[in-house]
Amino acid sequence: MELLKVTHLHKEFGQNTVLNDINLSVEKGEVVVIIGPSGCGKSTFLRCLNGLEEIQGGVITISGLPVEAGKRDITKLRQKIGMVFQSYELFPHKTVLENIILAPTKVQKRDKEEATKEAIALLDKVGLVDKKDYYPRQLSGGQKQRVAIVRALLMHPEVILFDEVTAALDPEMVHEVLETMIALAKSGSTMLIVTHEMAFAKAIADRIIFIDKGDIVEETRDVKEFFNEPKTERAKKFLKTFAYE
Amino acid sequence: MDKDILIEYFPLYKDALFLTLKIGWQGIILAFVIGLIGSAIIHFKTPVLKRIVGIYIELFRNTPLLVQLFFIYFALPKVGIQITAQTCGVLGLGLLGGAYMIETFRSGLEAVPVIQTESALSLGMSDFQTLWHVILPQAISISVPGILANVIFLLKETSVFSTISLMDLMFTAKDLIGMYAKTIESLFLLVVFYLVMLLPISIIGAIVERRVRYGQFGD
Amino acid sequence: MANLGIDVLFKGTNFLRLLQGLWVSIEISLIAVVLSIILGLVVGMLMTLNNPFLKAILKVYLEIVRIMPQMVLLFIVYFGTTRVFGWDVSAEASAIIVFTFWGTAEMGDLVRGSIKSIPVIQFESAWALGLNKMQTYFYIIFPQTIRRLIPLSINLITRMIKTTSLVLMIGIVEVLKVAQQIIEANRNSSPNAAFGVFAVVFLLYFIVCWPISRLATYLEKRWE
Repeated sequence: MELLKVTHLHKEFGQNTVLNDINLSVEKGEVVVIIGPSGCGKSTFLRCLNGLEEIQGGVITISGLPVEAGKRDITKLRQKIGMVFQSYELFPHKTVLENIILAPTKVQKRDKEEATKEAIALLDKVGLVDKKDYYPRQLSGGQKQRVAIVRALLMHPEVILFDEVTAALDPEMVHEVLETMIALAKSGSTMLIVTHEMAFAKAIADRIIFIDKGDIVEETRDVKEFFNEPKTERAKKFLKTFAYE
Repeated sequence: MDKDILIEYFPLYKDALFLTLKIGWQGIILAFVIGLIGSAIIHFKTPVLKRIVGIYIELFRNTPLLVQLFFIYFALPKVGIQITAQTCGVLGLGLLGGAYMIETFRSGLEAVPVIQTESALSLGMSDFQTLWHVILPQAISISVPGILANVIFLLKETSVFSTISLMDLMFTAKDLIGMYAKTIESLFLLVVFYLVMLLPISIIGAIVERRVRYGQFGD
Repeated sequence: MANLGIDVLFKGTNFLRLLQGLWVSIEISLIAVVLSIILGLVVGMLMTLNNPFLKAILKVYLEIVRIMPQMVLLFIVYFGTTRVFGWDVSAEASAIIVFTFWGTAEMGDLVRGSIKSIPVIQFESAWALGLNKMQTYFYIIFPQTIRRLIPLSINLITRMIKTTSLVLMIGIVEVLKVAQQIIEANRNSSPNAAFGVFAVVFLLYFIVCWPISRLATYLEKRWE
């Protein structure tokens, strides 16, 4: 079942074309990993998908409904699209639990008790239930990021976008976050992941998308082969930057 | 200094203090409300209203409260707008303070990173929910030192109320000096009462500023 | 416009008198600002020295200025000194003393803030070159703070002009007093004069203060 469809997406900042002509279709339950050099437009691509950026051309649909920035019903659509940011962006004035249940109770008008119960169950899964009454600044980066993931999950999104979620973390904390994401992938969530962690990409991806200079240069479901023997020169060159002779 | 005189004058000053506090408090609440609404208008870049708020801020920040009060109290009745001296005090203080509070809140709102807004939006919150639940609480805590500074500034500004015949502390002092020439005692009580009113706020301000300057929650 | 009393201002020298009244408070402001800037530089510098006794005194000074309404200070100087010391301080002199006392504290705090924003290593490298404290402040530190201080000092001018409207209360004939006199003199022929005259006073203050604060904002943005 096709969940997310992007056709002829074009995005520019002023004179600068960031995304040229992106076409992509994501099935339910699929884990798509987007990689590419810094500044290739992969983060901008994610931001377009939930209407944080206005696009200059093309159509994005989720479950058949168009995503358009600035439109009134964009909040409805965003509830179907979860997003986790590089810098966590927990709300500093709310506790872990309050952070998590804020949107479900205020936006989806769900029962507070029910939301709390689910939040605690999810926190338990990621090993943070004892931190539920802490404020974000009392947590480590890895813990914050896991809370941010739980916060996105509690909205029951149909697809979750991960924007370089480990880029701001200390190396020893990267693992705990990636573990959480792998568990999530196994449970059948639809995920779009932008990352620089190649080993992780290899482990989690059903499909790899390689973007360079605003275009999809290579796209494959044969993940192993992509990392061993990419088809395009540009992907080869990019993967080489991660290797040490 | 004559102790009996001090005791005799004390109740007069006490009443004056209560009047000052009453008008001051109401004026500050009004200023706060104007500040919230005005800064939200600027924050959301509401087309026409934004211009009006801008003009209002410039007008009231660039004229003395004394002149604003004279205009409201003496000039407006001539075009049929009649209000009591107390209402005039509240209105004058609220309008002046509002212009300052808008600026304070606005810079607080600007200090909250844009990505916090994006993070709330990506959870499906509306613009208003984002402002109310996510941005405003952070902005206000960043603004607390500025708000308290405004409160002190506004309570000090109440000293011009005597010019529209409100029997505040200044009025009482001036009256007693003029009538009985007990200058020292009158001035002494004047200083003491202003200290009583403003020193606690100033001290709280210093403590709070240290606590919330960086919007730190959870200590 | 006749019924709103604007016409009163065009009778005889009325408008000129109003402007003269405004000039009285602007003059007091300018004198006080100049004195405040000079004294403020000194006070601000003193505040950054690590002398505990000096620090305590200056702290009390700042706190007095922060808490006491300028009007109270005006009353103390104008009425109080005559009574206690037998001095006969004129209203104008009282005003200049009080507004300089206030302005110096404001300016001093601004100077302190901008000196503090200069990295310590700048002081240290100046000392390493053999400059003494005074030389360090005048050749190294002040020039670096000047861009921050100029907009703030300009802002102080508008605040000073607004605050000097208070001198009405100690009997100085400034623009509001002149306005009252004009309204009073024309109360029969033009009963609504209060509206026109006070509206004009309001606008006059705005016309004087607005360009100055725009200039301060402009410089602040340009030099940030």
